[in-house]
Amino acid sequence: MMKSTGQSLLHSGAAILRNGTGWLLPALIVLAWEIAARTGLISPNVMAAPSAVAEAFWRLLLSGELVRNIGVSTARALSGFVIGGSIGLVFGLANGLSGLSRNLTDTTLQMVRNIPHLALIPLVILWFGIDEEAKLFLVALGVFFPIYVNTLLGIQSVDPQLVEMGRVYGMSRATLFFRVILPGALPAIFVGLRYALGIMWLTLIVAETIAASSGLGYMAMQAREFLLIDVVVLSILIYALLGKLADSFARLLERLTLQWHPAFQTA
Amino acid sequence: MSVIALDQKAKDARPARETAEARALRETTPTHWFPYAAPHARGRDVRENAFSFRGISRKFGDKTVLDNIDLDVPAGQFIAVIGKSGCGKSTLLRLLTGLDRPTSGTLTVNKGAEGQNRTRIMFQEPRLLPWARIAKNVEVGLTGIAKGPQAHEQSLAILREVGLADRAKEWPSVLSGGQRQRVALARALVAHPYILALDEPLGALDALTRIEMQQLLERIWLQQAFTAVLVTHDVSEAVALADRVIVIDHGRIALDIDIPLERPRRHGSPELARLEGQILDTLFGSAA
Ligand SMILES: Nc1ncnc2c1ncn2[C@@H]1O[C@H](COP(=O)(O)OP(=O)(O)OP(=O)(O)O)[C@@H](O)[C@H]1O
Ligand SMILES: [Mg+2]
Repeated sequence: MMKSTGQSLLHSGAAILRNGTGWLLPALIVLAWEIAARTGLISPNVMAAPSAVAEAFWRLLLSGELVRNIGVSTARALSGFVIGGSIGLVFGLANGLSGLSRNLTDTTLQMVRNIPHLALIPLVILWFGIDEEAKLFLVALGVFFPIYVNTLLGIQSVDPQLVEMGRVYGMSRATLFFRVILPGALPAIFVGLRYALGIMWLTLIVAETIAASSGLGYMAMQAREFLLIDVVVLSILIYALLGKLADSFARLLERLTLQWHPAFQTA
Repeated sequence: MSVIALDQKAKDARPARETAEARALRETTPTHWFPYAAPHARGRDVRENAFSFRGISRKFGDKTVLDNIDLDVPAGQFIAVIGKSGCGKSTLLRLLTGLDRPTSGTLTVNKGAEGQNRTRIMFQEPRLLPWARIAKNVEVGLTGIAKGPQAHEQSLAILREVGLADRAKEWPSVLSGGQRQRVALARALVAHPYILALDEPLGALDALTRIEMQQLLERIWLQQAFTAVLVTHDVSEAVALADRVIVIDHGRIALDIDIPLERPRRHGSPELARLEGQILDTLFGSAA
């Protein structure tokens, strides 16, 4: 009895260790960072101690400022993503399915793709000022291309033998699209989706840092003016966290929809 | 002349085969099979043609692949098509299944008993949808014919027939090559095709799985009584399975013989070997 309890304790301890090993290094780094800050090895003008960042987090959470800014940034990111992503998806599908549409638009789109969208910031500020439209436009533009390119690629890489099979079995165009073409293109679309999510946050950070009157980037820039390093570090961390969250969500979605794919089969 | 002689023998042999087969059916067929046995094709004295090619040619550019082909295939016949690589066997099947159109000539394909033209093709590759479970893949064969629980039931029944009922809920990626090809066969058969075209369906399988699949194919053909058109590289497979073998060479039918042997046929029997030799002679010339 005693022995088995001890053994199971040992086992669960080993399990925690095994699962927890990945977190060991970050924990050590945070610890070393805290010690270095406390002992004055790192000047508080250069970097805030983890405890100071945690304090800033608490302070801003209580004042409601943090939640508001995260809300503003997330709303911007998502609406830009939805606009740019759906336009990209529509063009990708249209150009993948119709040669006419591809001939008409693909060359133009590929040309525009070579312009780094962040290079348009001065122009965008001239057009929209620092209003919401500016950020929406930039995020949508940034998100458009990875979704467009990968959707097109996905549709073009659907096995033509499967399409022929669908035809032989008398599938209508709609059935063929939903049963054969779209599922076949989905893995590539997901690659585009995850890439687009990365670009979404990146674009938003840049846009909010340069031209905004609210949001996480704005919060960081304000803090910089008042030399509040802890708040600056906090906003950087929150950006990282949001990015990670979006990616995990995309992965979850991917795992759910691509169950058939050998890469996602666990058993 | 030998062709005519063989033809004569075939006519004599046919009733014998059918009685043996009827007996086999009565003795071995599970009861759930009876709704599927379509009696329209065999057991008739005057057999209608399942399809006929009249002066069919197919050119790609100035290259003539099929040259003025005439071919009548009676309903319920198992015909094998042999020829060297690139001689136009797949083209013939693509014409038959409507995937391609002839450059000239007329192709008449009979409608099935239900008044629907159910010509199915089975490819060299299984061509299963990787994102659909096995049962769903089989249900593709019922597109526009049955839906929902009814389609599911039919797909399970045919899966039972090919020995894969217990895999109905799995993804195609976990099946072996031979099993996938069996699923493809089930998909082709689930709607009871009137004509089943098979384009080297067993080409990629190992020798043992091949023989197993040949037996499965023969058994289901005997039960369902569809017209089978089997393209194959394997002469012994052709003579083991078919009622009739045609050899295509230089775009024409170089040989058309009946295989009047009773079923089940034993691999390696002397009659099979003799017919095999005759076909190989046509393919490579007896002088060689
Ligand atoms: N769409 C096409 N365009 C041009 N040529 C074609 C086309 N399809 C087939 N051919 C040509 O027609 C000829 C016959 O092709 P087919 O696929 O029918 O041969 P096959 O007898 O099935 O050969 P294999 O046994 O290797 O499968 C080949 O020379 C091929 O190059
Ligand atoms: Mg071929």
